[in-house]
Amino acid sequence: MRIPFLLLLRNTRKTDRARGSDTPVFLKAMAPRGAAFALLGALALTGCRQDMHDQPRYRPFAATDFFGDRRASRPAIPGTVARGMLKTDTGYWTGKAAGKEVERYPLPLTREVLERGRDRFNIYCQPCHGAAGYGNGIIVTRGLKNPPSYHTDALREAPIGHFVDVMTNGSGSMLSYASRVPVRDRWAIAAYIRVLQQSQNVKAGDLSAEERQKVNAPEARAAEPKKEAAH
Amino acid sequence: MSQIFRPSSNAVSKISLLVVVLTVGFLGWALWGLAYSPFATRSKIPFDQPVPFSHKHHVGGLGIDCRYCHPVVERTAFAGMPATETCMSCHTMIWTNAPMLEPVRQSWATGKSLEWNRVHDLPGFVYFNHSIHVNKGIGCQSCHGRVDQMPLMYQVNTLYMDWCLECHRNPEKYVRPRDKVYQMDYEYPANQAEVGARLVAEYKIQKFTDCYTCHR
Ligand code: HEC
Ligand code: HEC
Ligand code: HEC
Ligand code: HEC
Ligand code: HEC
Repeated sequence: MRIPFLLLLRNTRKTDRARGSDTPVFLKAMAPRGAAFALLGALALTGCRQDMHDQPRYRPFAATDFFGDRRASRPAIPGTVARGMLKTDTGYWTGKAAGKEVERYPLPLTREVLERGRDRFNIYCQPCHGAAGYGNGIIVTRGLKNPPSYHTDALREAPIGHFVDVMTNGSGSMLSYASRVPVRDRWAIAAYIRVLQQSQNVKAGDLSAEERQKVNAPEARAAEPKKEAAH
Repeated sequence: MSQIFRPSSNAVSKISLLVVVLTVGFLGWALWGLAYSPFATRSKIPFDQPVPFSHKHHVGGLGIDCRYCHPVVERTAFAGMPATETCMSCHTMIWTNAPMLEPVRQSWATGKSLEWNRVHDLPGFVYFNHSIHVNKGIGCQSCHGRVDQMPLMYQVNTLYMDWCLECHRNPEKYVRPRDKVYQMDYEYPANQAEVGARLVAEYKIQKFTDCYTCHR
């Protein structure tokens, strides 16, 4: 009695020839061998996988032992200027020119810019400054010292460049956002801050009769949210 | 010359054939199972990180937008990882003494990078690009799952080719309005078939299934 496994490994070809190629036996003997090879092949394939998977190149931000600081993405050499990044217009790039905050908005002011500003404000500023800019964002409820409210006379009168300067260079305990928010978006956010300031500081006299009627309507009063505490 | 095979070996070879077929079938099934198991796909396994950063707290709890920390996801192939500066925007002021955050403070003080362990890892011969997906209305959730419920990041899908292709063949099943891409609890409307088809037309989504889309 032979063990089936032995059958798998036996070289049967010689005996086949000797017996004048007896096909049934040949097949019987070869099929398991074929299967065995297929199996070995499959196992071998799983062994090959990783070489093409882990190719000898670096992906963005990968770690490497080659450089002392372990960064494969190399910081630009000081003084490098990328296309379109020659920051000669310091007013545009930092909000401040010759030590003075820029007064004039340097881009065409359109609805798209304001919408972009709202979008970006809600991503980057709202967690701390709150959706309406009172300095009461969610992080404040978790122990952050209140950032200043935008709705003060000092900030209402501040030149538009002031906000871009703060975003670019940070201010007080707020760090710079320049690495996360490109300069165009910083200007868009500044414009949106003006919208917020306007929205919280409308004089009844500035409204048309129709709008005033809407505001005075009883249902508008009932729906009015509790006044947010201005700090 | 005596017979090498006795008549009884017919039975033996029949049985061994059967055994082999069953074994191969079983191995095939086992390999298939293994290939789709968390072990091979690295999915469903939370990764240890130098800082036990919790998306559950920051995204689910605080509602911070993905782009606060992954700012280039809409612009480049790479989604971007937060700079130490990004963490310190908040953590210079809150949780300043938490031992968990020691590596972040170290990195801030010394300028050495934090080294996160990569969770999602496509093979080197596959090209993937975040910006195109995000801008054509594919939500982060479609590929990364409910990130806002993950105390530690893990991979949800297999990231196998069949998984990519399932969506590339039927984008209308997965597309959502662009302004809902970053929303984690988006629910597809009951008439997604219509809405999806409309969005596919509106965003001009093509069905990319050519090999060179991903292997270039
Ligand atoms: C407060 C910052 C922050 C926010 C907000 C944030 N992330 Fe992350 N994210 C990180 C950090 C830090 C890591 C690296 C550590 C880790 O893998 O958990 C990371 C890792 C990831 C990874 C895994 C990367 C890898 O290694 O493969 C994915 C996917 C991810 N984030 C998706 C999201 C999505 C989707 C959102 C929005 C719902 C989001 N993140 C919001 C900071 C953040
Ligand atoms: C927008 C503000 C903000 C940013 C940015 C931020 N955190 Fe936090 N983080 C918090 C708050 C608030 C808590 C307290 C959690 C709570 O109260 O729910 C916290 C808690 C933590 C904790 C404590 C454990 C936990 O999850 O509760 C760790 C660790 C942590 N953050 C790591 C990080 C890392 C790493 C980064 C940078 C990728 C980061 N944080 C960026 C606001 C932030
Ligand atoms: C179409 C599927 C898909 C969508 C949509 C998607 N991701 Fe990814 N994400 C991936 C894949 C695949 C990887 C792994 C990339 C690699 O290994 O090169 C990845 C990797 C990441 C990483 C790790 C860094 C990197 O780029 O390798 C982060 C962070 C991340 N995604 C965040 C996000 C965020 C935030 C969103 C939503 C704005 C998002 N992803 C949407 C599939 C997706
Ligand atoms: C949930 C749906 C979805 C999944 C999953 C998905 N994709 Fe896509 N992918 C899209 C859509 C939609 C497009 C945009 C097609 C267009 O530009 O019209 C796209 C485009 C792409 C492109 C850009 C094609 C080009 O030439 O600009 C690449 C590359 C790509 N996908 C790779 C991948 C890879 C690799 C995976 C798997 C890891 C993947 N995708 C998974 C939906 C998906
Ligand atoms: C939508 C993107 C996409 C397209 C289109 C695509 N592939 Fe792939 N392919 C992948 C991904 C992702 C993987 C990696 C799967 C894994 O993790 O093993 C892959 C892996 C492979 C592998 C290696 C499988 C292995 O086990 O390692 C081969 C071979 C392959 N693809 C061939 C093709 C061919 C041929 C075509 C065209 C008919 C094609 N692919 C089209 C995304 C794609």
